[in-house]
Amino acid sequence: MFSKKIKPRIFLLLFLSLVFAIIILLILKSLENNVVYFFSPTEINEKTDISFNKKIRIGGLVKMNSVKKNEQIINFIITDLKNEIIVSYNGLVPNLFSEGKGVVAEGKLKDKKYFIANKILAKHDENYMPPEVSEALEKKDN
Amino acid sequence: MFKNLFPNKILLLKNNTINNLIILLIVVLTTGIIYSLLLSPPDYIQGDSVRIMYVHVPSSFIALGCFGFIGLASICNLIFKIKIMPLLAKSIAPIGCIFSLISIVTGSLWGKPTWGAWWAWDARLTSMVILLLFYLGYILTWRFIYDFEKANKISSIIGIIGLFNLPVIKYSVNWWNTLHQPSSISLTSAPTIHYSMLIPLMTMFFAMAIYSLIIFLMRYKTEIMKLKVDKKNKNNLKC
Repeated sequence: MFSKKIKPRIFLLLFLSLVFAIIILLILKSLENNVVYFFSPTEINEKTDISFNKKIRIGGLVKMNSVKKNEQIINFIITDLKNEIIVSYNGLVPNLFSEGKGVVAEGKLKDKKYFIANKILAKHDENYMPPEVSEALEKKDN
Repeated sequence: MFKNLFPNKILLLKNNTINNLIILLIVVLTTGIIYSLLLSPPDYIQGDSVRIMYVHVPSSFIALGCFGFIGLASICNLIFKIKIMPLLAKSIAPIGCIFSLISIVTGSLWGKPTWGAWWAWDARLTSMVILLLFYLGYILTWRFIYDFEKANKISSIIGIIGLFNLPVIKYSVNWWNTLHQPSSISLTSAPTIHYSMLIPLMTMFFAMAIYSLIIFLMRYKTEIMKLKVDKKNKNNLKC
């Protein structure tokens, strides 16, 4: 189908692409701990090589009815519906931080169940809708 | 349709066509802006900052699409040595570059009120920066290497390598935990974005696509003209 000049070029390019794709896959695989932005409570629970002095990020949902504020310090529970971690944070939270919504906390682990955060980020999900629709949905659920 | 991109055809491209496209752009863009800024509802959690999305998402689409085009053109260029491929890719590169920059900047502006941070080094954001770097690399190769054949080869290789970045950008939100949310629009399932927001989003996308087309046609015509002038100069020197 292709002329003699073009065939080797196609094969060379295919071969190089394959090699390159494998290299990238291997790099991403070995860097996986750095590529993920945060760990879920279950991943923390299963991890064996946690360092308690290094700054890490954990993320999940803010458990319903778990947010307790007293003066400056705010305590809440991050859950992935299997495991939970108690988070303690001193400072201002973003506007979108609320119960039942996604959150990412940056800080240090005290132990596997207790986390001291120095930064809280709210994670937005992929759902976009007007307020009326969300109210209608809530009514339907109840 | 593809025949219209051949050098002799593109030189026949009248200013009329471009003017008509500009009128179409003005109509679609005004509709899109009015719809997205005034008529569309605020989001149930984000409030009005959702409106940044109407610029952010279409620019990201176009940034990715343009690089996909550059990558494919580079492959065709290296394998089949088609003369117009590098010119096509060269004329589309700055468009994608600007739109990826717009996407990053608007995303950052949206991130502050939503996440509480201007920037996060998560997989989606980082891979988008890498895309911008590939664009810059591609453009600068053409800018600073004067020998056409050499610049052609190096830029094609950059284009092909950059192609591997595209699936990483697209699927980064599914493969790893990222701060960036997964996409709301997919081919396989129903969109998780309400139609009253989807319509302005699509309108803005069409407006930006038409804008890109106009700039592309103008730049491509210039590239072909430059090529013809160069050829003529060379012939004159020989005589």
